[in-house]
Amino acid sequence: MKLQSRHLLGLEGMSKEDITLILDTAASFKEILERPIKKVPPLQGKTIVNLFFESSTRTRISFELAERRLSADVVNFAASGSSVNKGETLKDTARNIEAMKIDMVVIRHSASGAPHFLTRVVKANVINAGDGAHEHPTQALLDMMTLREKHGSLEGLRICIVGDILHSRVALSNIYGLKTMGAEISVCGPATLIPRNIEDLGVRVYHRLEDIIPHVDALNVLRIQLERQKSGLFPSLREYHRYFGVTKEKVDRALKPITIMHPGPINRDVELSADLADGPHSVILEQVTNGEAIRMSVLYLLGTSN
Amino acid sequence: MKLHLKSGRLIDPIKGKDVVTDMLIVDGRIERLGTSLSSDKSFEVIDLKNKIIAPGFIDMHVHLREPGYEHKETIETGCGSAAAGGFTAVCCMPNTNPAIDEESVVRYVQEEGRRATGGLVDVFPIAAASKGRKGEELSPMAELAKAGAVAFSDDGSPIANAELMRRIFEYSSMYNLPVIQHAEESTMTKNGLMNEGFESTRLGMPSIPPIAEELMIVRDIVLLRYIPRAKYHIAHISTIGSIDCVRRAKAEKLNITCEAAPHHFTLTDEAVGSFDTNLKMNPPLRTKADVQAIKEALRDGIIDVIASDHAPHTIDEKEVEFAQAPFGIVGLETAIGLSITELVHQKYLTLIQLIEKFSVNPRRILSLPTINIQEGELANLTLLDPNIKWTVDIQLFKSKSKNSPFHGRSLKGKAIGIINNGKTYFAK
Repeated sequence: MKLQSRHLLGLEGMSKEDITLILDTAASFKEILERPIKKVPPLQGKTIVNLFFESSTRTRISFELAERRLSADVVNFAASGSSVNKGETLKDTARNIEAMKIDMVVIRHSASGAPHFLTRVVKANVINAGDGAHEHPTQALLDMMTLREKHGSLEGLRICIVGDILHSRVALSNIYGLKTMGAEISVCGPATLIPRNIEDLGVRVYHRLEDIIPHVDALNVLRIQLERQKSGLFPSLREYHRYFGVTKEKVDRALKPITIMHPGPINRDVELSADLADGPHSVILEQVTNGEAIRMSVLYLLGTSN
Repeated sequence: MKLHLKSGRLIDPIKGKDVVTDMLIVDGRIERLGTSLSSDKSFEVIDLKNKIIAPGFIDMHVHLREPGYEHKETIETGCGSAAAGGFTAVCCMPNTNPAIDEESVVRYVQEEGRRATGGLVDVFPIAAASKGRKGEELSPMAELAKAGAVAFSDDGSPIANAELMRRIFEYSSMYNLPVIQHAEESTMTKNGLMNEGFESTRLGMPSIPPIAEELMIVRDIVLLRYIPRAKYHIAHISTIGSIDCVRRAKAEKLNITCEAAPHHFTLTDEAVGSFDTNLKMNPPLRTKADVQAIKEALRDGIIDVIASDHAPHTIDEKEVEFAQAPFGIVGLETAIGLSITELVHQKYLTLIQLIEKFSVNPRRILSLPTINIQEGELANLTLLDPNIKWTVDIQLFKSKSKNSPFHGRSLKGKAIGIINNGKTYFAK
């Protein structure tokens, strides 16, 4: 079984079969993570560079561990302390690294489309680890894996993504992937943080958590960034927490338990109350574990297909 | 120079002429005009059967980049591009370094144009409306006008300050020159890279709402109503809402005109999904509905002029992440081909109307002398083949820069040559 593309740039347009293949492969890698020796040989001899132009701890560590567990050689490149600060372009950086005989590139970048640009200038397989407010495909895949484990199937599952949808690559990848898998998606957040015409992606828009909570199986709560307050998009964290923060009190109004997800890192008691984050219906740590399995799956499927 | 233009279809909107004719040109002057003229061997005969003879085309919105950014384009290469594209004149925008905001720079640009082309392409500088294009103080418009500036604009930098815009309208009105506005309410477009709408949402891209353009136009129209003797020209109009504003202002008989760029009536924001930085321009590519509205507004005379907004950038400047790339594309060598293909062959414009948009109207707006196509007058002509099929190849561009999204596009119709001030250029 092979994926249709030799890159993973996003979930928009990815087929149900490909998504299912990645999720199924991840499920088998998850078993490896339970073993005492968590290393397998499929990417032995392959060299992978993690190109992180934007700070990230969790995603970078998750990718690096996944790469090492598949026995790849790993190089890390972080924007700070690199030639980027000396004015080198992304194209030159990538081409130079490729000249060192790299097989795969994992890229995180603040500009939407940066990984797509990379595929035009290097021959290596490119994996998008987050580009601007565009896509973060491995995050959405791990969210889907977690939901599938918890609920059995994604078909007909009702998920609301809560928070800053406008600046979120997690939201967009989740919408693309979950819609393809037959889930029903809604978004909830302040009107200033909902991008225009998002309804045309087939999602419903809410501005009151109370209106949507009774109708969902899971809430995917996004991190709110304080800098959005400075750009005039919401008045204060206090008000945000009161009206858009997901709290036990609001969730308890639902007739049945709601699965709580968060891509991390959490602002505790801002977008998500601590008791919910640590509560019985939170799958936040499962998401992290599944992230490992998903990244192993994607690296394996792309790295062994050439 | 002795030329015998044979059996061309002369379309002259000024005189309302549309006839098949011969033309003898001696030392740049039209010596004879009439059917089946004979000439001796000293004349070079150019067969123009099924071709068009039109008054010289002008591109009133061009960035020649000199002085200051000669790595992108020079006056010489820009004029070469204009000639190859079919233009006998260009107006160059003042966002150079230094800006065209004093007499000496106006003169430099004119002289360099004459030196580089020997008069084949007339270079008409558009001077800054404010000193240094900073939007703070009036530029020395009297001096600039006297030196030969044909309009005032802070192009690229919208004139945001309403008080200053009022004073620019008042002051420029003394010289009867238009104020050209890049209409953009900048407080709404910070970090924006493409049109705001479904496509920007789909791509997670910081966006530029159409209302940013419309708001500035609305404000300027209010000011113009207050200072009706001013002349207001909107650069590269791109949205339905903007067109509606102009339509209403024209119905009020205000001194308002506007131009559209070919990319705004041939491409939509859907193309941006490729993340090709040659699709990044400001104003951004808009929606299908906007494209349709622009074509109809050209047809209905709401949009007066087609101008390319020729904006050269080097490959290295453009081969970067979408967010990092500069705005703009080159346009001189594709403007006429795109316009004939998309507007004439699609029946939005007749050839006469096309010629008005590229020659008669811009010259009128800029108060340039009318081109008289008659015996005894200097020949200032653009020759067109409206039916020739060709494919855009950026490697053949005379422009120093190749940043065009139209590479590989099949077009029908182009300019095949120009004649101006005793000089000629014919496409090979």
